[in-house]
Amino acid sequence: MTMAATIKYDEVEAGQEIPAVEYQVRRVNLVMYAGASGDFNPIHWNERFAKSVGLPDVIAHGMFTMAEAGRFLTDWAGDPAAVVDYGVRFSSMVVVPDDENGATLVVSGVIEEKLEDKRVVVTLTAKSGDSRVLSKARAVVQLA
Amino acid sequence: MALNRDFLGRAYASSVPYEVSRVKIKEFASAIGDPNPIYRDREAAAAAGHPDVVAPPTFPIEFSLSGAGEALSDPEFGLNFAMVVHGEQRFSYQRPIYAGDELICTSTIAEIRSVGRNEFLTVKSDITTVAGEPVCTTYNVIVERGGAA
Repeated sequence: MTMAATIKYDEVEAGQEIPAVEYQVRRVNLVMYAGASGDFNPIHWNERFAKSVGLPDVIAHGMFTMAEAGRFLTDWAGDPAAVVDYGVRFSSMVVVPDDENGATLVVSGVIEEKLEDKRVVVTLTAKSGDSRVLSKARAVVQLA
Repeated sequence: MALNRDFLGRAYASSVPYEVSRVKIKEFASAIGDPNPIYRDREAAAAAGHPDVVAPPTFPIEFSLSGAGEALSDPEFGLNFAMVVHGEQRFSYQRPIYAGDELICTSTIAEIRSVGRNEFLTVKSDITTVAGEPVCTTYNVIVERGGAA
């Protein structure tokens, strides 16, 4: 079966940067993610509760942030099935204030290494403000 | 309280298969704000070479701990959920997940280590079809703050 990644292996080089994309994270996104994922921990939607356990405000699900960085990968590759391995460490929280802008997540990537079988290793950087919210974020992507 | 090391290596299979539906994939894609038609439209998925709509890379978080829930909530294991944060997550695919798949998840308590005052627990989950075809392996690292104190 042919996969439909639109980026060609022969046209990328190790060290090449994948330009940053910004994602807005608003409270409504966290409410939708809670419903879709079944993770109803109130720190992700209830400011009163979040502050009562010592957090600055409502914070995004780590898995929401991982999913947005995953979207960065699948949009770049051109096919959701092109991401064959994807792992992250959750290094800092994404604080989501209750206003029209919410938080801004900035995701960028670098092609770290070219593997066999037209696969590449991509390392990701995900930042909210000055803090790196994912570390050791690494994916293996199947290119065309 | 330290986690009970007697649980190391124990494996737990989900009792019923997880049925991957187009509706759930669409809902998940909408929740992460992704308008990609390959998550919604069978024809768009077919045009991209897929038998049905494809699940997003992090979709298995929906069900990958369903088998291990039994162990994680066992009082003998000693995990205090109020102190738990998600430390790391990884998905390693043998093939994409498609709508229509019926998946079995077997979770193993793979590693427990103390780092400072915290306990780090790794749950490895092997996801296969009901016929036994390997689909995805997930690694979920849970941190119990203060658990090792």
